[in-house]
Amino acid sequence: MSDKKGYKELEIGTILPPGSSLEYKTGGWRVLKPVFDPSKCTHCMICVVFCPDMAIPVTECQEGVQGKGGKVYKGLVRSETDFDYCKGCGICEVECPTGAIKMEREEI
Amino acid sequence: MSTLKPITGAQAAAEAMRQINPDVVIAYPITPQTPIVEHFAEFVANGLVDTETIPVESEHSAMSAAVGASAAGARAMCATSSQGLALMWEIVAATPGLRLPIVMPLVNRALSAPLNIHCDHSDVMGVLTIGWIQIFCENAQEVYEHMLLALRLAEDERVLLPVMVNQDGFITSHAVEPVRIYDDGIVKKFIGERKPKRYLLDVDNPFTVGPVALPDFYFEIKKQQEDATYSAKSVYLEIGKELSKITDRSYPYFEEYKTSDAEAIVVALNSTAGTVKDVVDEMRDEGKKVGMIKPILFRPFPYAEMREALKNALSIGVFDRSIAFGAYAPLYSEIRNALYDLQKKPAIQSYIYGLGGRDIFKSEIRIAFNELLEGKLDSNLQRYLGLRG
Repeated sequence: MSDKKGYKELEIGTILPPGSSLEYKTGGWRVLKPVFDPSKCTHCMICVVFCPDMAIPVTECQEGVQGKGGKVYKGLVRSETDFDYCKGCGICEVECPTGAIKMEREEI
Repeated sequence: MSTLKPITGAQAAAEAMRQINPDVVIAYPITPQTPIVEHFAEFVANGLVDTETIPVESEHSAMSAAVGASAAGARAMCATSSQGLALMWEIVAATPGLRLPIVMPLVNRALSAPLNIHCDHSDVMGVLTIGWIQIFCENAQEVYEHMLLALRLAEDERVLLPVMVNQDGFITSHAVEPVRIYDDGIVKKFIGERKPKRYLLDVDNPFTVGPVALPDFYFEIKKQQEDATYSAKSVYLEIGKELSKITDRSYPYFEEYKTSDAEAIVVALNSTAGTVKDVVDEMRDEGKKVGMIKPILFRPFPYAEMREALKNALSIGVFDRSIAFGAYAPLYSEIRNALYDLQKKPAIQSYIYGLGGRDIFKSEIRIAFNELLEGKLDSNLQRYLGLRG
């Protein structure tokens, strides 16, 4: 408590710098975890668009990654889910057209 | 310098809005507020203001859009009554926490059920705890002037809170009175432009509005809001003095009418105060020492000043135009609270009157004054004026 600003120092109207939600990691809410199988992925980006927490990172990859049917996908590709923010809602599993994502109970 | 116009209380609010020239006005029609936005829409259609009006599908959307516009940096206004206020409650409650200076005329109307379009104060009394500054107006002239004062008060950097400007439905909003409207140039100079320090459309300095604040921050933010509400008390007087230079009228926390030697004082809000003053005049002619107090700034409530004004009275009658079911009536509670710190307390009586627009007559106010003068009072039981037994 003591390292946080008191009411006299806080900016009024709860005004914060942009992107402050990045500091609030919601991955701890997760019960089910998306398990991603890169060998089935076509990098269609449907999971990326549907993810409500923007928890699926997309990177530029010129050398390419191996995906469905052993094919190499170049350019924009998805990588492993960011578990700092994934709440485990399972939307990606439902939307994935190739069955590359399976929700599994997360054991601690 | 000024012109006298025969207009209603609703038109008086619209006239003030014309001179304020807000960037955005979003409101949904609801009786008896509708003529405010109707008259204002005329000003927009005739090109007298630069305002963008946004038609929306409900009051919830109206206040949501006003919040968005205000956060973006615009001067945004809204207007409503009763059920409309009830529907927009969620956003009305968020506005003070977001520290957005939205001014909203509220035309007081009874809350359903039973459905009723006429005046009482059950709408505003239901939102007193959420942090809007509340100003009450006796007549159309006060509506006009208090709207101007409210705008400056809301936008003052020491306050930054939304303000509701209350007037009685139909009694004030639809009755034509002569209203002195001050010159556009002078009023516009008084009003000035809204210059927020931070606003969403300032794309070079992005920031977040309305984030989550969990147990580690919510408490501090609410304390800030409370401090701002209290600082509105002195800022109100300061801006009132500035406005006095234009209008030559004063802007106290409450009006005191023949109270200096009064034995019995009635406290009443809005239009009823005018009728009470008539009764005070009549009874004074008969040699009775009676007086009246009309609260104007209701949130923040001026407890110490009210205590000082009431301390020499023998008995006080408080008129409420709404019931706080299962509790003391809203205005009565404030007055009773204000008196607590007095060693020698006046006797006090709660009166409920005028629910759902039932008229209050001079004869009924006289009954109350006579009871106060006779001193047969019960501070724990409320009495009713004009209720069939």
